Amino acid sequence: MSDISYIQQQDNEARFGDYIALLKPRVMSLVVFTAFVGLVVAPNPVHPFVGFVAILFIALGGGASGALNMWYDADIDRIMRRTRSRPIPAGKVTEREALGFGLALSGISCVMLALATNIFSGLFLAFTIFFYVVIYTMWLKRATPQNIVIGGAAGAFPPMIGWAVATGGVSIESIAMFLLVFLWTPPHFWSLALFMKSDYHEAKVPMLTVTHGREHTRKNILVYTLILAPLAVGTGFTSIGGPLYLATAIVMNALFIKGAIEIHGRTEVQAEADKYAVEKRFFYFSLVYLFAHFAALLAEEGLSHIGLGVW
Amino acid sequence: MAITRDSDLHIRRFSRNAGLGVVLLGFVAIVFGLTVVKVERGSTLEAYDHQPRTSLLPAEGVQK
Repeated sequence: MSDISYIQQQDNEARFGDYIALLKPRVMSLVVFTAFVGLVVAPNPVHPFVGFVAILFIALGGGASGALNMWYDADIDRIMRRTRSRPIPAGKVTEREALGFGLALSGISCVMLALATNIFSGLFLAFTIFFYVVIYTMWLKRATPQNIVIGGAAGAFPPMIGWAVATGGVSIESIAMFLLVFLWTPPHFWSLALFMKSDYHEAKVPMLTVTHGREHTRKNILVYTLILAPLAVGTGFTSIGGPLYLATAIVMNALFIKGAIEIHGRTEVQAEADKYAVEKRFFYFSLVYLFAHFAALLAEEGLSHIGLGVW
Repeated sequence: MAITRDSDLHIRRFSRNAGLGVVLLGFVAIVFGLTVVKVERGSTLEAYDHQPRTSLLPAEGVQK
């Protein structure tokens, strides 16, 4: 090692927080919350400590896939302004380190989840990591403008894994929770893409706003919102639903559809004039929308425990 | 140059090492906790002083 490279390494040495940043902690919060709800609303009770450990390793598995994503996408991250400060482009962590870190955490999280709960959950987590890293990151992200739809599936698996931790399998309820997150992702992300002028085209990532234009993206937001609404409301008629969830879903979906229609009806000139106020409002509401649905499922479970469950 | 406890490398890597230490301790606590929970709930693991209880063993001559 030359003196110069040694000095540069000293200045740029990774801290503990840089390894945490590789795990994409903000994405992890959605994983933790939805997996927790999936686990709690399942019919079989889970020991609180086992439940806590299961959520921890599901989150760690999600973090590991984030680290592997950053390893593979390091070339894109160096180009885009939003991602230039990530640990690899910033020169704090090398690509090989991130790969090793991601692979090690993937192995630990899947094995520990399988040992703590059941084999099916561990395999399901392994499949989720494989799906996010290989199917989404390596293959489809750079190949199709529907990348966000497919990537959304990886983010939608955690409630199913939470359910599998308790039951050891899959059922209509866990598929309903999967569809809720899966179909919510496109309108959520594309509304962000409309007002965040990102540099995906420079990184050669085919985002819908770039490949098909903003008008087409607005239409897609409306289409996915219209498909999402009946499924979100329909979940209320499964064993995890109830009147409280139904009321929440009806109000939330009515507001979501209203917002999507507003977005669809706007032109770029109108959006530029009010600095994308409607798109921003829709994006922030989408966060409330998802939280409200899962919180309502949690509330229904709480009500059934005190004898107030309706179905 | 003698390696001392205050070497530059130790100071620079303190947060990393301390963080890793906490993570490893946490991992040990999780494995211990899981062991306690699994043993408490595992009725078929009933045993005494590493010897299986005779009440749990199949009677001699009984075919499975």
